[in-house]
Amino acid sequence: MSHLNLTLKVWRQDNATSEGRIETYEAKEIPTSASFLEMIDIVNERLIRDGEEPIHFDHDCREGICGMCSMTINGIPHSKERGITTCQLHMRKFKDGDTIWIEPFRANAFPVVKDLVVDRSAFDRIIAAGGYISVRTGSAPDAHAIPVPKSDADAAFDAAACIGCGACVAACKNASAMLFVSAKASHLNHLPQGEVEKDQRVLNMVRQMDAEGFGNCTNQFECEAVCPKEISAQHIAKLNRDYLAASAREAVAP
Amino acid sequence: MTLDSKIPAGPLANKWTSHKVNSKLINPANKRKYKIIVVGSGLAGGSAAATLSELGYQVECFCYQDSPRRAHSIAAQGGINAAKNYQNDGDSVYRLFYDTIKGGDFRSREANVHRLAEVSTEIIDQCVAQGVPFAREYGGLLDNRSFGGAQVKRTFYARGQTGQQLLIGCYQALEKEIQKGGVKMHPRTEMLDLVVVDGHAKGIVVRNLTTGEITTHAADAVILATGGYGNVFYLSTNAMGCNVMAAFRAHKRGAFFANPCYTQIHPTCIPVSGDYQSKLTLMSESLRNDGRIWVPKSAEDAQAIREGKKTAAEIPEDERDYYLERKYPSFGNLSPRDISSRSAKEVCDEGRGVASTGLGVFLDFADAIKRDGEDAIRARYGNLFQMYEKISGDDPYQVPMKIYPAVHYTMGGLWVDYNLMSNLPGLHVLGEANFSDHGANRLGASALMQGLADGYFVIPSTIAVYLAEQKPGAVTTSHPAFKEAENSVRDRLKSLMDIKGTRSVDSFHRELGLLIWDKCGMARDREGLEEALRRIPEIRNEFWTNVRIPGSANGLNAELEKAGRVADFLEFAEVLCYDALNREESCGGHFRSEHQFTEADPEVQDGRTQPGEAKRHDDQFQYVAAWEHTAPGQAPVLHKEELVFEEVKPSIRSYK
Repeated sequence: MSHLNLTLKVWRQDNATSEGRIETYEAKEIPTSASFLEMIDIVNERLIRDGEEPIHFDHDCREGICGMCSMTINGIPHSKERGITTCQLHMRKFKDGDTIWIEPFRANAFPVVKDLVVDRSAFDRIIAAGGYISVRTGSAPDAHAIPVPKSDADAAFDAAACIGCGACVAACKNASAMLFVSAKASHLNHLPQGEVEKDQRVLNMVRQMDAEGFGNCTNQFECEAVCPKEISAQHIAKLNRDYLAASAREAVAP
Repeated sequence: MTLDSKIPAGPLANKWTSHKVNSKLINPANKRKYKIIVVGSGLAGGSAAATLSELGYQVECFCYQDSPRRAHSIAAQGGINAAKNYQNDGDSVYRLFYDTIKGGDFRSREANVHRLAEVSTEIIDQCVAQGVPFAREYGGLLDNRSFGGAQVKRTFYARGQTGQQLLIGCYQALEKEIQKGGVKMHPRTEMLDLVVVDGHAKGIVVRNLTTGEITTHAADAVILATGGYGNVFYLSTNAMGCNVMAAFRAHKRGAFFANPCYTQIHPTCIPVSGDYQSKLTLMSESLRNDGRIWVPKSAEDAQAIREGKKTAAEIPEDERDYYLERKYPSFGNLSPRDISSRSAKEVCDEGRGVASTGLGVFLDFADAIKRDGEDAIRARYGNLFQMYEKISGDDPYQVPMKIYPAVHYTMGGLWVDYNLMSNLPGLHVLGEANFSDHGANRLGASALMQGLADGYFVIPSTIAVYLAEQKPGAVTTSHPAFKEAENSVRDRLKSLMDIKGTRSVDSFHRELGLLIWDKCGMARDREGLEEALRRIPEIRNEFWTNVRIPGSANGLNAELEKAGRVADFLEFAEVLCYDALNREESCGGHFRSEHQFTEADPEVQDGRTQPGEAKRHDDQFQYVAAWEHTAPGQAPVLHKEELVFEEVKPSIRSYK
C-alpha cells in the first residue's frame, strides 16, 4: 500500500459569530486507499493526541447518499471529481506533496456552525413550503390505479436522486438554490400524483427560496457540474416554465 | 415479572382486524390534547411523527442529524417487500408471512409477522401516492425483483436507492405536518435520557448538539425509533452516528432489551482494506440476482490471486467453486443472508479467500454480461457498479467484485408487545430499535417494510390503547423526575469532560469493536464469549479513566457526542455477550460453533440438512430472551417470553 504526505489548509471557525481563519496541518503517511474523510480522521486523531481540537465536519453515512458531508476541496464543492460526494473521494486521486485547501460550503443562506459544518435548514423550510404531495396516510388508492409512463417515472427519479447536500448552492457565484428547488419540484411535477398541487407547490417553494436569501440563477451551470448525483440543469428550465404558468394563473384567478 | 405479549385472540388472519375493532379510540377533539415525543426521524420515526400529526396529536420529533431527511434509512439500496402479487407468481400475505417466519429461523412472533405481511400492501399504495418513483415497466405499472429467502418477485425498488426514495416520501409528509404546526422538529438534538414518572415513560432529556444546551421535554407517551446497535462492532454498514444510546438509556430506566445476540451480517460488502477504515460499504443484495459468488477450488489458486500472480479470469471454470449454488441449489446465490455470510467465512477460513487480506470472495457478473449484454446490466446495477469502482478502484464490468460479510442490521432491540409498547408503560419502540418481527434473521427488503409498517399503520392505531387510559397533559417538566434525569445527564457529561486522559474516543471504539467482532461476530463459542465478558469491563474502566475529549461541553463537540455513545456501547456490549452466551443453540444470525449439525445427526443422514448448518434447540430455546438491567458491570436478569406457533410448525430451515 502506498502512502502520501500532504499539506492541508483548513478553514477553522469556533462558532457562527466568531471570525474564521485558515490553519495549516501536515497530513503524513496517508494510505492511498483511504477515503478523504478517513484522511481527516487520521489528522484529527493526531490533533487530539497533541491536545488540540479536532477539525469539525459533517458526515454520517459515508457512502454518498445521506448528503451530510459538505466540504469545498481546492475551491470545488465535493472536489473536482465528477458525480461524487466528499465521502466517496479517495486519496488515490491525490499526489504525494499536494497542498489541499478545505473550506465549508459557502452561502449566506448556509451560515457556518463550526469549522466545516454549515446550517442547511433553509432546505427543509423550502420543502415544508410545498415540496410534497398532500396525501394522508391510509387514504391512498391501489398503487396500480394510476399507471405512470416509464419515461415520466424515470424523469421523476432523475430529479428525485437529489440528496440535498447543497453543493449546487456552494458552487454558484450567486449562491442560488435553483438546482435543488427545481429538482425537488420536478420530481413531483413529473408525476400524475403531483399534478393537482403543482401550481401552489412551485409558487410556494420559489417564494420560500427567495425569503431564505439564496441568490438568483444566471444559467452558468456550475451547480450541474458539481452535483454528486449529476442532476441536470434542465430541471431549472422546467421550474421556470412551471413558475411562469403558475404565476399567470394566479394573477388571473378570481 | 411475566411478559404479556398482548397478542389478540382469534385466528391468525383476523387478529389485526379484530384488534383494531376492539381497541379503544380517542375522538378527534381529544387527540389534540395529547402530546407524543418521537425520537428518530428515519422510516419508522418519520412516518409515525407525520401520521400521528395527521390524526391530530401534538408531536415533537427529535433527530441528531441536521435534517430529518438524513436518517440512515436513506442508505437502504435494494427494495421493499410487499405481498401485492402483481407478478402473478403465487405470492400472498400468507406466503410473505411464512417466508419471514422461516427466514427468521422460527424465533419471531407469528401475530406480529402476519400483521406485517398484511399491511405491506398498504405501504406500497401510500408511497406511490406520495410520489415515490418506484421502478416501472413500459406499460406504466410497477416492476418487481427477487430477494434472498424468497422464490417470488415481491420486492419494489427505486434503482439502487429505495431507502432514500421512501425516506424522502416520509420526510415530505413530515415537513407537510411541520408546516401545519402539528409537528415541532428538533434537528441536531440528541436524546440523553428517558424520564420515568410513576413507572411510566413521560419524557426525555436532550442535548442541543449545536449549543450544548440541555433541556427536558414532557409528553403523554414516548416513541423511540432510533435504529439498531450495529456500531457496537465499530465497523459496520451503519452511518457513523448510529448508536444505541436512546434504547440503552431506556433499558437502564427499566425497559427490557430482547434478543441482542441476533445480529445480521450482510454477505455482500466491500472488504476491509486497512486499520484506518471508518466504515464498511454494502453492495445491495439485489446484485445476487445476476452475480455469481465463487472462490477457487484450491487454496493455491486463491493464494496466487491474493499475491497478484493470477487473475480471476485465469481460473478455469472447473477450478471454480460456486459454493452457494453447490450447497443450496434451489436458492443458490439468493440464499438468505446468515447462510451466505457464514459460507463466505467458511471458504475464507479454508484459505480460499481472494482479497489481499484473505477475507473476500468473488461476485462475478461475467456470465450475466455475456447473457444479457453490458447495457442491460448497466441499467439494472449501474449506480452500484459505479459506487464499487469509486471505492475499490476496480471496474466490475471487467473484473469480478470482491465482497465479504459485514455487520449490517440488528434484529434484537427493546422488547415490545403487540401494541409496540415496551414493558415500561408509555414507551413505544418502532423499526430496527424493537425486536419484534425478524426473529433471528431478517430477510432482504424487509427492514424498510417493517419501519414503514410500524410508523404508518401500526402505532397510529395501537398508541391509542395506551393513551385512552391516560389523562392528557397530566405530567409536566415540573415533576421532580425531570430535574433528577437532567442532573444525571449533566453529571455524566461533566465526568466525561473531566477525564482529560490520553486516548481518543475512536481508539476505544475500535478496540471494543474488534473484540466483539472476534468473539461475538459470525461465529461464537462459550470460551470466546467469556473472554469478551472479561475484557469489556477492562476496556470500559480504561475509557472512564483515560479518554481524552478536547474542547468544551458548551457548543458543537463531536468528540463529546461520540464519547457518550461509546460509553453506552461499552455497557451494552455486555448485554449482547450475556445473551449470546445464554442462547446455547444456533439460529439465524446467532451461530454458536458448539451447536451445528454433524455427520452423526439423523437430520444429516436423511438429507434434510448438511453438516455445519445451524442447529436450533426448540425444546429449550423457543423463547424471546428479554434482559432486565441491574447495575453497570452486573449481569442482567433474564425474562422469557415463550414463542407459541399455532400456524407454522418450526422445522429445519432448509434452502437446499
